[in-house]
Amino acid sequence: MPFIPHTEQDVASMLKTIGAPTIDALFDEIPAELKAKGLTQVPEGVSEMEITQLMHERAGLDGAPLNFIGAGAYEHHIPAAVWQITTRGEFYSAYTPYQAEASQGTLQVLYEFQTMMTELTGMDVSNASMYDGATALAEALLMAARANSVNTDGLMLVPKALHPFYAEVVNSCTHAQGIRQAVVGYDARTGKIDLEALKHYEGTKPTAVVIAQPNFFGVLEDVDAITDWAHSQGALVVACVNPTSLALLKPPSQWGSKGADIVCGEGQPLGSPLAGGGPYFGFLTCRMPLVRQMPGRIVGRTVDLEGKPGFTLTLQAREQHIRRAKATSNICTNQGLLVTAATIYMSIVGPQGLEKVASASIANTTALIEALTRIKGVELVFASPRFHEAVIRLPRPAAAVLEILADQNIGGGFDLSPFYPELGQTLLVCATETKTAKHIQTFAAALAAALH
Amino acid sequence: MSEPLIFEISVSGRSAHAQAPDVKVNRDAIPASLRRKAAPKLPEVSELQAVRHYTRLSKLNFSIDTHFYPLGSCTMKYNPRACNSLAMLPEFLGRHPLAPVSHGQGFLACMYELQEILKDVTGMAGVSLTPMAGAQGEFAGVAMIRAYHQARNDLGRTEILVPDAAHGTNPATATMLGYKTREIPTNAEGDVDVEALKAAVGPQTAGIMLTNPSTLGVFERRIKEIAGIVHQAGGLLYYDGANLNAILGKVRPGDMGFDVIHMNLHKTFSTPHGGGGPGAGAVGVSQRLLPFMPIPVVGKTAEAYHWLTEKELPQTIGRLSTFMGNAGVLMRAYIYARMLGREGMHRVGEFAALNANYLQARLREKGFDLAFPTRRASHEFIITLKRQKAEIELTATDVAKRLLDYGYHAPTVYFPLLVPECLLIEPTETEDQATLDLFVEAMVKIWDEAKADIKQLKGAPYTMPVRRLDDVRAARQLDVRFVATA
Repeated sequence: MPFIPHTEQDVASMLKTIGAPTIDALFDEIPAELKAKGLTQVPEGVSEMEITQLMHERAGLDGAPLNFIGAGAYEHHIPAAVWQITTRGEFYSAYTPYQAEASQGTLQVLYEFQTMMTELTGMDVSNASMYDGATALAEALLMAARANSVNTDGLMLVPKALHPFYAEVVNSCTHAQGIRQAVVGYDARTGKIDLEALKHYEGTKPTAVVIAQPNFFGVLEDVDAITDWAHSQGALVVACVNPTSLALLKPPSQWGSKGADIVCGEGQPLGSPLAGGGPYFGFLTCRMPLVRQMPGRIVGRTVDLEGKPGFTLTLQAREQHIRRAKATSNICTNQGLLVTAATIYMSIVGPQGLEKVASASIANTTALIEALTRIKGVELVFASPRFHEAVIRLPRPAAAVLEILADQNIGGGFDLSPFYPELGQTLLVCATETKTAKHIQTFAAALAAALH
Repeated sequence: MSEPLIFEISVSGRSAHAQAPDVKVNRDAIPASLRRKAAPKLPEVSELQAVRHYTRLSKLNFSIDTHFYPLGSCTMKYNPRACNSLAMLPEFLGRHPLAPVSHGQGFLACMYELQEILKDVTGMAGVSLTPMAGAQGEFAGVAMIRAYHQARNDLGRTEILVPDAAHGTNPATATMLGYKTREIPTNAEGDVDVEALKAAVGPQTAGIMLTNPSTLGVFERRIKEIAGIVHQAGGLLYYDGANLNAILGKVRPGDMGFDVIHMNLHKTFSTPHGGGGPGAGAVGVSQRLLPFMPIPVVGKTAEAYHWLTEKELPQTIGRLSTFMGNAGVLMRAYIYARMLGREGMHRVGEFAALNANYLQARLREKGFDLAFPTRRASHEFIITLKRQKAEIELTATDVAKRLLDYGYHAPTVYFPLLVPECLLIEPTETEDQATLDLFVEAMVKIWDEAKADIKQLKGAPYTMPVRRLDDVRAARQLDVRFVATA
């Protein structure tokens, strides 16, 4: 019996104490007609050795392709220490730190994490994580809707150059609460938010304006002008940012004359492996006056009855277990273990390391674009300042090209054409610090061969 | 025993050289107006300093691997190590979520089989794995109920019914989907008050959210009748899977009449809680809700596994995560399910019930009061200290804090809200008899200590890194980030 320690004698003695003849008798309150007949689709159990063999076989099917896909999940080097410590049983198998005195390790990690995220984003307060970047944005918009007492219609201006899956998740998670998204187009030449398109919304009393920096095309937005315009309209500014980029880019707190109000994003680049899409973590930070509208757990430092400093979950009156139907959100379980990894990652990499990771990623993407646009018929679509991603146009449909590249064990990018048909046959490509000159050469040669 | 903050051991100019790419930082790559002027104050430490700091912090935690953790409603069972190491094979960790399906047939096979296993153990017609925690599974479930009524143009259903003992997430979720919540009372034996339910249902009822066994640790005996009443009124039934461990393989929510369920894979399927997450809240649906499942779902043809998205499921409630939810958590659940296998599933429910009923019997024998003395325990049960509080001022908090000194994580306290001074105790199936006996001894000792000197007891814990913390001060003098004093 896997993971069940009982011997036959244990069972007999325990049943005797209970006063029940059999284990089945413990289920005698359940109406007989409801009892399961036995499972048919679940396979027979296997030993650890057998499952190990099977999983290695399955892993082999997935292989280890050379990856140039970004589009919201980024391949970065993760120091070995990060996951060796994170998977220590004391972090891995602990619950939410409701018993603070027996959870000071996790609580201090979260407090350190909150500090690091406020440093990166320039905000006053961070929560202890959301599920992922897309749900962090959805919650940021719900938070903005609660916080903006003047523009109360729930109109959110969302750039077309936001990750299309983020827009979908925001819709799924917020539409029942009266949130509406209006799409702000991008400038076909620069790939940035079209300031003229934005001005169409002059006087519509938007509740919030979303600014993605960098945007989905990897392009850097003119955040100052958009932030100031949004504030002039009475909107809150919700920044959706890549945390690695913040080593080089000015923090959202310094956008425009007043700064962004709420900052969110995908935390995966900070120590979470790609892992097929999760678990990652979302982060959410804000200015202090908005803290009571913030969803999710927050750790505070306080003192114990001897005056010694310690950490505890705080402002729980916002949360579902206290507030029930009036809570800021239903979230309780978050992504604590990934936050532990991120905190260790940021500590080991440090401010200098993170700046180098960001710089190397920009340099490698630039080298990638140079190599790819040397191929006849391949061109760079937006000649704007960018972070570590770019859009290239191909002379053939991207889907077919990606298939050919996949056969050569290359993840060649993300096909944009289903989401942005107006751009033609385009591909979003990314090269982080993990890509070498040789990798880039391999990709370029394979792409050239696929196209000609 | 305490550890300074990582920022307090940080020294300007120190770094872990092996961990940074060998590159010259080119700030000119960023236009001046967008450039950062001052570096973020992240820690500047050596790799060893970081390793030592976080290893030491880990030692300040209680965890399943180090302590008995009978936290009710949380199913703190052993998290098999193989589930972790196999889910972390480099090919799985390196797989980009948007990689072509030809580079993910191994991963997708696991996910497809997990869907099939979960369908079988719950008796549902379809499963979507994307919700990232129980609360998001609830959100998906209620969103599907809403989509179902809307698709039938049945627009007057504005209310979700919730028992008064429900988890706080239930009403919070209903609110997020624009519903009003109406509470249904519980009777003295812990069952839903069926007469009150009959009076509450009507054309305004969108559905009911139920946990079975309930949060009171007992099986809802009249579930078929409840299902009939709600269905008769045109509403649907939502199963909160927080307590699925109690009945795994013994009773299937689908057979009880539920239309939609979520499963906390981080409880029943033994994926780690990670100090607060990640979880996974897979949802199962009956035939009539199949078209509304959240995307993506894994499909299979004769040749290959592939994603089902809005093209195949045009009525879907949509995407709930950027990619496909907590894939790595799902992998751990899959590996666990394969190791349990067909015969292992019902043993989980059986031995969880055996341990809970044994612990309940032992504590009762020692004089503790059960909240529902006439009932069988499910996988958990409640004792109430109402009497002890009246007699000697012993509270649930006092017992919880003193248990920490004895090396036990505390049970869940003050939930469910309707039982005064309650301890909700869930031992799980992976604990042995001797551990349960030692826990009983500790409970008895604590009661004796309270009788002898209640004041001393109210000072507990004494052996933790900190004594009882000032939560009021934490909320009033908010300190949520470290600020260096010059």
